[in-house]
Amino acid sequence: MYRYNDFDQAFIRERVAQFRGQVERRIDGSLTEDEFRPLRLMNGLYLQLHAYMLRVAIPYGTLNPTQMRQLAMIAERWDKGYGHFTTRQNIQFNWPKLKDVPDILSALADVEMHAIQTSGNTVRNVTADHFAGAAADEIADPRPVAELLRQWSTDHPEFQFLPRKFKIGITGSPNDRAVTRAHDIGLRMVRDASGAPGFEVLVGGGLGRTPMVGQVINPFVPQADLLPYVEAVLAVYNLLGRRDNKFKARIKITVFENGLDHFRAEVEREFLRTRTAFSGVDQEILAQIEQHFAPPAFRNAPVDAYEAHRAANPGFRSWTDTNLTAHRHEGYAIVSVSLKKHGATPGDATAAQMRVLADLAERYGHSDIRISHEQNVILPHVHKSDLPAVYLALRDADLATANIGLISDIIACPGMDYCALATARSIPVAQEIATRFDELKLEHDIGPLKIKISGCINACGHHHVGHIGILGLDRAGVENYQITLGGDGTETAAIGEKTGPGFAYDEIVPAIERIVGAYLDQRQGPEETFLQFFRRVGMEPFKTALYETETADAA
Amino acid sequence: MSRRFTPKVVTANRLLEGDNVWLTEDDRWSTRIEEAELIEDEAHADIRLLFGQAQRNIVVGVYLADARPGASGPEPTHFREAFRASGPSNYPHGKQVEAV
Repeated sequence: MYRYNDFDQAFIRERVAQFRGQVERRIDGSLTEDEFRPLRLMNGLYLQLHAYMLRVAIPYGTLNPTQMRQLAMIAERWDKGYGHFTTRQNIQFNWPKLKDVPDILSALADVEMHAIQTSGNTVRNVTADHFAGAAADEIADPRPVAELLRQWSTDHPEFQFLPRKFKIGITGSPNDRAVTRAHDIGLRMVRDASGAPGFEVLVGGGLGRTPMVGQVINPFVPQADLLPYVEAVLAVYNLLGRRDNKFKARIKITVFENGLDHFRAEVEREFLRTRTAFSGVDQEILAQIEQHFAPPAFRNAPVDAYEAHRAANPGFRSWTDTNLTAHRHEGYAIVSVSLKKHGATPGDATAAQMRVLADLAERYGHSDIRISHEQNVILPHVHKSDLPAVYLALRDADLATANIGLISDIIACPGMDYCALATARSIPVAQEIATRFDELKLEHDIGPLKIKISGCINACGHHHVGHIGILGLDRAGVENYQITLGGDGTETAAIGEKTGPGFAYDEIVPAIERIVGAYLDQRQGPEETFLQFFRRVGMEPFKTALYETETADAA
Repeated sequence: MSRRFTPKVVTANRLLEGDNVWLTEDDRWSTRIEEAELIEDEAHADIRLLFGQAQRNIVVGVYLADARPGASGPEPTHFREAFRASGPSNYPHGKQVEAV
């Protein structure tokens, strides 16, 4: 992974020192809250429903064991002993005290981490495929380019006051696990006719109150031109983007209101300038960055013991069936560690669990750890012969839930249990759905099914792209949950459709049960997934199941 | 015509700790809503809000929240304020488990 150079280290140390001074001046009264708020937000410090919240960037979701242990230390020393992994592959601490935050940032700097640009109208943490550099289906590891984008966008003077926040997602695989179509800029690595790598560039995707699927602004930008091209997109957005209305300020509205063709023409014109201005130094830096991402020294070893262990242990077999993904190197597997134990808070990990993950990564995983936007932890490089030991250690740490991609592997935003913007709770709904389907012992029969829950219209829980999306709202002072169906965050992206009227808090789990029941009753067989079924039959069977139950009972 | 005034409490977050607090009749900031002053008069509410907002180095984000009289003091009327008073509902680790 990328290691800081002297410049990086000096930069974040200086920022920590600046923030320490700002906090001191806030506490002694020389700064008012109005003066201090933008300064703390620039350093990822929010004031939430119950307490301060510090959002720490995990660039493209990549961590090393030392960093993970430091996050555990921070959780124990300055928080309540846990951290919450988010849909931007970041970690949030929910209970820091203001006076401790400079020390926390200093501890992060010790392990080459920070909280810069995790808030504000800037380019946020660049997210990437959490299987990058390991997936069998990948063209190339997209993280060197993600790191280049991180360096370029960090403290970029032109892009510190964009009309609104700006999110970039990148994947090197045709199977999109990075939700690139729901990003302000989505980058999908492709090859041209001669086999040279480049990127399909998508713009104007986004969720929130106006969900839109990103459109292709350029089907192939050669890798060497990518940074000037992205800078051209940002520059055009910075000028054309609306600043009069916060709800119309994201690039998706800019593209929509101006039309893709006009927007593209502006970008092409700007690109002529940026392309000349970039002297090629970005490619030199990229070449240096690439050296940091050399593949680990994979070993070749027999996998017979793994197969034998699988055959003899049903619990282990079930876990390998759901939580492993094909690795590019023979004999290896990508391990997804579920942070979705039935009934637990999606994305939470205790300090002890973080240390177990760090130890496992060090011992069995070439010291590589990833955080997925689906709020799980990935050990991307584990040799199959080590899987029985990894499984046992995970089981001892309560981390061996075999549910990746299943109904209980739910994305949930913090919702009204933590978030000041939320209109309803989201985590308890996830807890209850997971608990219910675990009791029913149905989730393996149901098969691949993504439920995503947001506690307000801003859609941090990605509900629009959930196969089943749940949006919590405040209807006349009572929590009410709207359901959408058919959403998809992959290369076949789609925004879910509303089923109809919403459901009260105590009605939402039974409603989900009726939806799943309709699917199980009417699917062509276990091979037909929930999403395929929805695409074949549409909304009607679900509407019937949701809203005509009483009529059906009476008939 | 303006709507009829409903009872209020003054609430905020402590600057240093960030936790939720309520203004008491004797000008303290309590971590328990039950100890808050329940304000039944609109003009008095404005005065108490201004008093709270003036304490800029003790609390932040001062506002008036709806409340009603309860057995042991003011109670929240909206679920958002109920969570602020009790802590997160996913499992007890906020105000529910803190020493009073």
